[in-house]
Amino acid sequence: MKEFLLLFRQSEYAYREYSAEDFQSLMKKWQDWTGGIAAQGKLVSNGRRLSTEGKVLKAGGVITDGPFVEIRERLGGFLVVQADTLEEATTLAHGCPVLDSQGCVEVREIVS
Amino acid sequence: MEKEHESLKYLFKQEFSKMVAVISKLFGLQHIEIAEDIVSETFLLASETWGVKGLPPNPAAWLYTVAKQKAIHHFRRNKIFDKKVLPEIVARQELVDDAEALSFSQENIKDSQLQMLFAICNPSIASEAQIGLALRILCGFGIDEIAEAFLSNKETINKRLFRAKEKLREEKIRMELPPENEIPQRLDNVLHIIYLLFSEGYYSQTQNQILQQDLCLEALRLGLMLTAYDKTNRPKTNALIALMCFHASRFNARQAGEGEVVLYEAQNEALWDQALINQGIYFLQLSAEGNEISSYHLEARIAYWHCVKEDTPEKWEEILQLYNALLMINYSPSVALNRTFALYKANGQQEALAEAEKLKLENNHFYYVLLGELYKNIDNDKAKASFHRAWQLAKTDTEKQGIQVQINRLTDEHTH
Repeated sequence: MKEFLLLFRQSEYAYREYSAEDFQSLMKKWQDWTGGIAAQGKLVSNGRRLSTEGKVLKAGGVITDGPFVEIRERLGGFLVVQADTLEEATTLAHGCPVLDSQGCVEVREIVS
Repeated sequence: MEKEHESLKYLFKQEFSKMVAVISKLFGLQHIEIAEDIVSETFLLASETWGVKGLPPNPAAWLYTVAKQKAIHHFRRNKIFDKKVLPEIVARQELVDDAEALSFSQENIKDSQLQMLFAICNPSIASEAQIGLALRILCGFGIDEIAEAFLSNKETINKRLFRAKEKLREEKIRMELPPENEIPQRLDNVLHIIYLLFSEGYYSQTQNQILQQDLCLEALRLGLMLTAYDKTNRPKTNALIALMCFHASRFNARQAGEGEVVLYEAQNEALWDQALINQGIYFLQLSAEGNEISSYHLEARIAYWHCVKEDTPEKWEEILQLYNALLMINYSPSVALNRTFALYKANGQQEALAEAEKLKLENNHFYYVLLGELYKNIDNDKAKASFHRAWQLAKTDTEKQGIQVQINRLTDEHTH
């Protein structure tokens, strides 16, 4: 089996209107989605997350604190899953909660 | 797993208003939306990260750390800042330094929350929107919840909040305590808003009991916050807290499944929350210091007597005199009606009937319910006619049902 990285990209969304209940149910969606992948025995790693802090190095030695991308989109966390093919890994990405809020999941094979 | 869901919801309720207060202090109240966004984004990241990885060992500290990072980033990267904030205040580097010094210490949280309380309860932004803003910023309620409490919709509430924030900007309200000599007067406003928040919950028309209870407990929490500072821990502050404790103690007894409200007379006192009653008594004693008797003092004592189930002549005589005093400070039709009911209990039906006829609150269905009650056994036809009028004027089905029961009872007595 090969390993794949699922990267969550979150677009700008009206989170300001979210209530305590909304955040609670959003967390449940993440738990259930991750749990579903784990139940298939395909979860490799959920142990790490990206810090919100970071630097961007541009040509000519210019270092900035972001934005990392010009559009209002941010890179969220990631999961490492195992699957036989890119198609199968993409199927696992279905149901990811970022998709409910106009975000997207980028699926990349980790090549050793 | 279930416990973790509960935790995030609980943490949001617990931390949202604290974090918004601390961050708003840094950014200035005119940019309160930025503070709201940073806190919401922090909870968004928590939903994702904790959903995937489980809860961190110290969730509140995790939230503070992420919110602080986001605040620092905001200063560094956001273009609005160059245009809007920077000309108004100092240099960018100083702001970044301030953000780096952003502290979620218990002390800074408490100070910021108190300053926020005074800022939101500023009389110059007084409007219907103010209560909405208080629910959002001071209590961390979501837009949907606020809409439900007001029996309104999301769009209307968003518009109101937008207007209230505009007001904050126009009036240049700052996050700071008023000068010492202005505190007594400003405190009156703060107490009034807390009183309105509590009433919004206690008498709310929403059928959502959990929401009603949350509203009341939040109002109580804000009241208790004021007791932590000498200058705001006044006798009337304690009187208001006592009042809220006594009312809240009857929460469970008031509800009979399906959101139906159980009238006081029919309540099961075993469901009264004795711990809250004792709290109320404690604060009522504290409120007795000094000479001032506010309407909160009188209402708290009335509420106290309602926590005594035994019907004694002393009880109703006390309640009557308290209502007499309250009417002199604060007339309202409902106080007048309650006073007349106390008069009936203390001095008898005939005297109360004579007084009730003078009130002439002809558009008020409670008035006709009271008249119906007072005409009973004196003139049953008039009693029935009064209940019929009350039925016509009643606004909700629940009320109409309750009145119908009275009418049926009178009809039964006639035929037997």
